[in-house]
Amino acid sequence: MEALIALAIGVLVACGIYMMLRARTMDVVIGLTLLSYAVNLFLFASGRLTNNAAALISPDAAAYADPLPQALVLTAIVIGFGMTAFLVVLAIRAFGDLGNDHVDGEGRK
Amino acid sequence: MGHWMSVPVLLPLLTAIILLLVARMGPGVERGLSLLSMLALLVVSAVLLQSSMDGEYQVYAFGNWVAPFGIVLVLDRLSALMVLLTTVLALFAVIYAFNGIDQKGRHFHVLFHMQLMGLNGAFLTGDLFNLFVCFEILLIASYGLLLHGGGPLRSRAGLHYVILNLAGSALFLIAVGVIYGMLGTLNMADLAVKTAMATPEQQRLVHISALLLMVVFGLKAALLPLYFWLPGAYAAASAPVAALFAIMTKVGVYSIMRVFLLVFGVEAGALANLAEPWLLPLGLITLALGAFGVLAARCLRNQVAYLVVVSVGTLIAAVGLMTVESVSAALYYLVHSTLITGALFLLADAIAEQRGAVGSELRPAALVSQPVLLASLFFIAAIAVVGLPPLSGFIGKLLLLTSASGTEVMVWFWAVLLVASFLALIAMSRSGSAIFFKTDAAAVASHTHMHPVALFAILALTASSLVLALYADSLTSFANDTAAQLIDPLNYIHGVLGPDAMLSTTDMAMMEARP
Repeated sequence: MEALIALAIGVLVACGIYMMLRARTMDVVIGLTLLSYAVNLFLFASGRLTNNAAALISPDAAAYADPLPQALVLTAIVIGFGMTAFLVVLAIRAFGDLGNDHVDGEGRK
Repeated sequence: MGHWMSVPVLLPLLTAIILLLVARMGPGVERGLSLLSMLALLVVSAVLLQSSMDGEYQVYAFGNWVAPFGIVLVLDRLSALMVLLTTVLALFAVIYAFNGIDQKGRHFHVLFHMQLMGLNGAFLTGDLFNLFVCFEILLIASYGLLLHGGGPLRSRAGLHYVILNLAGSALFLIAVGVIYGMLGTLNMADLAVKTAMATPEQQRLVHISALLLMVVFGLKAALLPLYFWLPGAYAAASAPVAALFAIMTKVGVYSIMRVFLLVFGVEAGALANLAEPWLLPLGLITLALGAFGVLAARCLRNQVAYLVVVSVGTLIAAVGLMTVESVSAALYYLVHSTLITGALFLLADAIAEQRGAVGSELRPAALVSQPVLLASLFFIAAIAVVGLPPLSGFIGKLLLLTSASGTEVMVWFWAVLLVASFLALIAMSRSGSAIFFKTDAAAVASHTHMHPVALFAILALTASSLVLALYADSLTSFANDTAAQLIDPLNYIHGVLGPDAMLSTTDMAMMEARP
């Protein structure tokens, strides 16, 4: 499972960075979204990957799942979602103001 | 202080919500409420600063979950100072905005108070993840403020600013994830304890994430090579927003001080002082390049933005020396540079308004309609920011130079700081003469006069430099106390987790030496 999660995070980061380096606003938005997915997975895994571990205290539990990273991920998802929505609106606004979708606003029309 | 500590975070939030509800009742109500809340906040932060002076750490545990299990707010001298500084700057910035800038778009005051909430939260929190959340609050409010008023220039600067900061947030979360995975806590005091006890395998990853954190804070503080976004963004923002943004870079400086003097400070075992090789050189290079930017700027607002870069470089270099004297000098300089760059942003806007279409660009145009007033204000502010006597800039730089004297890096520090000040002096005198002397007689002069509230805000912020110079004695003694409190991580650890939390390395050595 570790290898699979690590691979998934790696692929997401690589794709995210590739998209972010393309100088078109919507590509950058997609890149940032992929990167934030990777970060969320990473945060989730920072509490260790366990199977069938108890979430609540019980007398016969051998191991517990760490609840804190799940709370962190939840916060990060909410913030990331809000920021992405804002960025999409801003990208559309910039397209309207600058007449093209280059991040510097000066690409070919 | 009990629940009073949460007021700097909760009051702006409540004000923002109420402002949303009364948005239809006209600008008068909005402005009155905004000002009232700001004044209340000023009183509360002054009281908090007063209560922090005895050196006790005050801890406010949300929901009474004690540290390190719950999230805490921690008030010490440094955070109280930063909260008061933020409030003073925000008060005058918002008063300046009463000249009509706040009505150029919707919800200016709402965003302004949300930004204050994020700033105060970042200064007060004692938890690394909460610091991230406060960063996001202040950032999303700053996105709205930066774009306030609209226009293609702002859209483009805003796009860069938002994308860069979102990438920065992703890095922050990765660093937080690694630190939590390795040390199992995010409370800053507890992190300091756990870092000192980390095994060699953990140390390697913690080291990496610490450097990642430095990248994130460096991006916020506009440290080399991450400052290229700043001049564009600050020059595009409206004047009161740019003035408030003068404290935003200081959030990065504050976080660097907090995290790298506490968690990775002198007691952190193998990871002790891990920021030391980075901060001083990066700070000095930022300072030098910022000074070139000041010299090369073709527009006054851009020039002031580069002055912010210069102040950040100076601060980081001073913190990088990591002595009580240098941190204390940095704190004095931080207060001075925040207020005076705020004043200069407002002044640049007032000048630009009276020069018609040319704005604040440094080329011949019509003479401003209030030449004596604006030129005198510019002269005083320029003296303060460059660091000539008798104003606070001079005292700040003198303290910085004295703190570096006798150290190995004295030659570099003195040379860069003095040459940069000289370049800033040349640049400011050139801009002054370009604006007030090299006027174009043929150009049509504008007859707009400065709004009285705008004049009041600029006067007050410029006068703060004089006040800082007059009360330099008590201020430096406070800064000394603050630096002494800050430089020894055990103060914070014992203040938050109780006196038994951790022994100093010298105590431990003594215990081991005992048979």
